[in-house]
Amino acid sequence: MGFEKVEHELHKRRIGRNLGVGLVLVGFVAIVFGLTVVKVTRGGLEPAFLQQQQGKN
Amino acid sequence: MSDASLNTQTQTGEAGFGDYFALLKPRVMSLVVFTALVGLLAAPVDVHPFIAFCAVLFIAVGGGASGALNMWWDADIDEVMKRTASRPIPSGKVAPQDALAIGITLSAFAVIMLGLATNFVAAGLLAFTIFFYAVVYTMWLKRWTPQNIVIGGAAGAFPPMIGWAVATGGVSLESVLMFLLVFMWTPPHFWALALFMNSDYEKAGVPMLTVTHGRRSTRKHILVYTILLAPLAIGAGLTSIGGPIYMTVSVVLNALFLFGAVKIWRRDEDAASADKYRSEKSFFGLSLIYLFLHFGAILVEATLKPYGLGGW
Repeated sequence: MGFEKVEHELHKRRIGRNLGVGLVLVGFVAIVFGLTVVKVTRGGLEPAFLQQQQGKN
Repeated sequence: MSDASLNTQTQTGEAGFGDYFALLKPRVMSLVVFTALVGLLAAPVDVHPFIAFCAVLFIAVGGGASGALNMWWDADIDEVMKRTASRPIPSGKVAPQDALAIGITLSAFAVIMLGLATNFVAAGLLAFTIFFYAVVYTMWLKRWTPQNIVIGGAAGAFPPMIGWAVATGGVSLESVLMFLLVFMWTPPHFWALALFMNSDYEKAGVPMLTVTHGRRSTRKHILVYTILLAPLAIGAGLTSIGGPIYMTVSVVLNALFLFGAVKIWRRDEDAASADKYRSEKSFFGLSLIYLFLHFGAILVEATLKPYGLGGW
């Protein structure tokens, strides 16, 4: 006797939510990585206005 | 529960990703993103494009978080009003405690990340904006005074100031004027909406000016705020964020806005209901264009500046 898996609308919503949260987490990792690269390669961790002031001096 | 049959989604307790996203008020967020971006780009300090992108994203997340806190607190009002009854909490898609958790978590996330990515003046302003919208406006003013829109409007006016602070690390005349532009624009914008949506606010018990002081007084208030707005908007054009393009746009728009406000002021309820609030609705539509074009003009001036074309 086989059991058929019933695909409920609830399952679709749950998959959509899990995918959404997964993408948000991947996006967050990408942002932290990107920020780290930008801050390190620019040679300073100071905010933009401080860097501009230092550049002028 | 008696309403279980009316709302099948409450039974599942499973919200979709879109339902959580709707908690962040995406339409309001678009205004936050646009004005914050303009504030950031109009500032006299260059910001790395990726940091600028992240800053605007964190400001948007902070704005969205305050929207979620607003929906959590105002769920009872939203349920009564036709315009807001389909929001995630009153429609039963998201549990109130989930909205609260999302609001608090995203608020902390946005403020900390903005501080780490840019500077802590911008992060402090974002934290204050969230506090102002969620606590001062939503929890305190909204149900207490008909001036709720006026003072609460400050929350929506902070994003360009935060954008400016992201670049400069401070506050200046230009960022204060951008703040005032949105701040003074908010009351006529919302009161025009309230004139043709009055029954909804009345039903929800929100002390909107139309409910507490009547429509005649609201029409007068719209005119007064529009008159006060004009010199601020045009005056901003004389600072470093302005220029000939901004000035032209601002003078034309303020003339049209004043004309619309005078028209609303001169009308009575009979005339308004006879044409189904046509003037009020067109004034409301114009108010959206008004703000978009003012900030659009600031953006154009800032974009042209490196080529020696923008600004004075």
